[in-house]
Amino acid sequence: MDYSIRIGGEAGQGIQTVGDTLAHVFAKSGYHVFTHQDYESRIRGGHNFFQVRVSDEQITSSRDMIDIVVALDKESIVQHEKELTENGIIIYDSAALKQKYEKDHFLDIPFVALAEEHGKSKIMANTVAVGAVLGMLGMELDVLFEMLKITFSKKGDEIINSNIKAAQAGREFAVKNCQRCSFSIVKRGSLPFMLIAGNEAIGLGAIASGLKFYSAYPMTPSTGIMNYIADKEEEYGIIIEQAEDEIAAINMALGASFAGVRAMTGTSGGGFALMVEGLSLAGITETPIVIALAQRPGPATGLPTRTEQGDLLFALYTAHGEFPRVVLAPGTPEQAFYLTNKAFGIAEKYQIPVIILTDQYLADTQWTFDKFDLSKIHYSDQRLRGDGLKNLTEYKRHAFTENGVTSLAVPGDSSFLVVTDSDEHNEEGHIIEDSETRKRMLDKRLFKKLPHVREEIAPPIFYGDSDPEIVLVGWGSTYGVVKEAVDVLLQNTPDPHNKVAVLHFTEIYPFPENEKFDYLGILNKAKHSICIENNATGQFARLVRAETGYTFKHMITKYDGRPFTLDGLLGELNAYFTGL
Amino acid sequence: MPTLQDYRGQHPAWCPGCGNFGILKAFKDAMVEMNIEPHQFTIVSGIGQAAKFPHYVKCNTFNGLHGRALPVATGIRLANHEHPVFIFTGDGDCYGEGGNHFVHNIRRNINVKLFVHDNQIYGLTKGQASPTSMEGMKTKNQPFGVFSGQLNPLALAIALDCSFVARSFSGDMEHLTWLIKEAVNHNGFSLVDILQPCVTFNKINTFEWYKQRVYHIETEHNPEDRIAAFQRALEWGDRIPLGIIFRNKRPILEERIPVIKERPLVRQSFDLAKLEHTLKEFY
Repeated sequence: MDYSIRIGGEAGQGIQTVGDTLAHVFAKSGYHVFTHQDYESRIRGGHNFFQVRVSDEQITSSRDMIDIVVALDKESIVQHEKELTENGIIIYDSAALKQKYEKDHFLDIPFVALAEEHGKSKIMANTVAVGAVLGMLGMELDVLFEMLKITFSKKGDEIINSNIKAAQAGREFAVKNCQRCSFSIVKRGSLPFMLIAGNEAIGLGAIASGLKFYSAYPMTPSTGIMNYIADKEEEYGIIIEQAEDEIAAINMALGASFAGVRAMTGTSGGGFALMVEGLSLAGITETPIVIALAQRPGPATGLPTRTEQGDLLFALYTAHGEFPRVVLAPGTPEQAFYLTNKAFGIAEKYQIPVIILTDQYLADTQWTFDKFDLSKIHYSDQRLRGDGLKNLTEYKRHAFTENGVTSLAVPGDSSFLVVTDSDEHNEEGHIIEDSETRKRMLDKRLFKKLPHVREEIAPPIFYGDSDPEIVLVGWGSTYGVVKEAVDVLLQNTPDPHNKVAVLHFTEIYPFPENEKFDYLGILNKAKHSICIENNATGQFARLVRAETGYTFKHMITKYDGRPFTLDGLLGELNAYFTGL
Repeated sequence: MPTLQDYRGQHPAWCPGCGNFGILKAFKDAMVEMNIEPHQFTIVSGIGQAAKFPHYVKCNTFNGLHGRALPVATGIRLANHEHPVFIFTGDGDCYGEGGNHFVHNIRRNINVKLFVHDNQIYGLTKGQASPTSMEGMKTKNQPFGVFSGQLNPLALAIALDCSFVARSFSGDMEHLTWLIKEAVNHNGFSLVDILQPCVTFNKINTFEWYKQRVYHIETEHNPEDRIAAFQRALEWGDRIPLGIIFRNKRPILEERIPVIKERPLVRQSFDLAKLEHTLKEFY
């Protein structure tokens, strides 16, 4: 069982509500879910869609072909009819679209009329659509009803009952009229899955790491992180400050971090460009900071609501001067959760900036998981605060130490002064000009810390055939689609291309050392190595070449602002194999 | 009880006769008179001659980037609102490079104290026009004279309903020391624009030039009258008013954030176990 449902319509029509509700019903019912969104940079109009894939087996990507299209506008039909599977069906409301479609694969459901009749308001039309889709799939509505009760608990029983009746009407209509419906949903156990998107996972990971201060300027696709944390602001005692610009955002976060709390900022490429001087400031002042950089296609404003992995080298090399940084690029919301925790740990321990590199695709896609394990979360306060300062005889903010790390004292907590400077400084933090101190201070910040930072970096994920002839290599958000492509290829028997595996990098910089895990051995031994990237120039391949000297035999790049789909990637891989 | 000795910092790298020395002395006097210890506050600065200030004071210091002292100060203050935060900056640093932060932190009304060493010229980069340079002033980089209008920081601040707007002069130590104390004691964002001659690069607005023009604002002036304050702020030329030009009782940002009602952010503990409950929301 593997169905894809696409809800298409104009911005503002509620496609996200319909898609999100369906995704939650499936996850709560114990099915695996994968959703992705395709939207334009506008609040009303245009054409957007929300795609929900549901399966009884684990799924980690989107498909090209659609089983059910919920068309809330005509454009949905123009664009998505050709992507319908053989038994696929388009449901629509001829009264709302002011057009009747006669072909077999159309099912006219009067969303609005049913909503008015049973729900007493046309606002319930989307609830009718949800009920209809569930009916087409042969699912009951009990899980949906429970959700409606919670969602509208504050609005009272009347609204809840209207929604329930609207959903029922949609379901009954679909069951009765969809003669062509041949979907069969496999019965699942009652254990629900958690459903979470990348941005939520980063926000959750930050909260789980003791985040206290988040300052940012809103920028798609990073804003969801701020939204999620803002929702928990009061519960967890966090201050969210919307900055006047990204320069202020990073400087505020650095101020808060200097004052003794865990701080973070988030942005996309354009905003990160403004933060760059602040990144350098974090470097010289050795102030811990976590920065979420959610990529979108550039240059400049580019495609604001779409996806790309085009800022890898920017994140790695931007900012003047030489100082250590860490770049982590999660591939799933689960990885995003744990890597955000790791980011805070490293930032605090080594007093360096850590960048969490995601993109619109990961930020907005929802995945299902059994659970996130809090016992894997690490929290260790590295600050000298309160009583911890009592036994000191002296304190120098930038004192030279064996591993380059000087404890961070909370200013005001003792009579010791905490002094730091964006100018090169001495151990106390005061401006210097002399060459010897400069060299020693740079050694402290960079060369003494770096081996320890490097030690924290985990090797790539290796999945698939243990002795592969074909190695697919990805990084960051492509993990799900590449892994699922490997799953498909592994099942192709007999096939010359089933000795396949993926090497996936989520901890990008400092680049993982081969000593921990011999990924270079795997690459060197493979007949085919294919680097897969959601950008034009193959930035990760260039990084691998720079760090290891290894050159991939083939590249698959995608830079149309859209993510890889499973079918799209398999098509590219097959084309490559066929051409051999 | 702190003494001036406790405030002896690094040896200043300013030009002999620089107006900054007066500000340094007045600040230390104010701190000693107010019985504030060096570790009990943080000075944030940016870049410029004024921004070297905290190194010469001896105190908690974040000497950050050009123009960016205010957001750092805001971050510190939001993390620990029981800890006083002072900003020492110049006309270029604050009104030029950092103009956006000047505007928006006045709007926030975060309770920090902004002291601007206003010498109407760029000192550190050797004599270019600043936002407060007078029109027509010739410099190496403005050989035909400054074309841009002179920024009026006090009028701008009053327009933004800044909680405390004042001006002093580094040649009037008694007034400056008093005004620093007034600003520190005010509950709200406080701007003190301090006229200060650059003896090396500004040959127009000299010590004598200021001295002939500045006057203490009369006690009859009501700083809570915004229109009257605005009129005073527009005075520039033959007569330049010193004193508290404008003051209001707007609530400060720190008091409006529910999260820090009971204790500052920096004193709040973290309990991972709470996450179990939050995780359930995803099912």
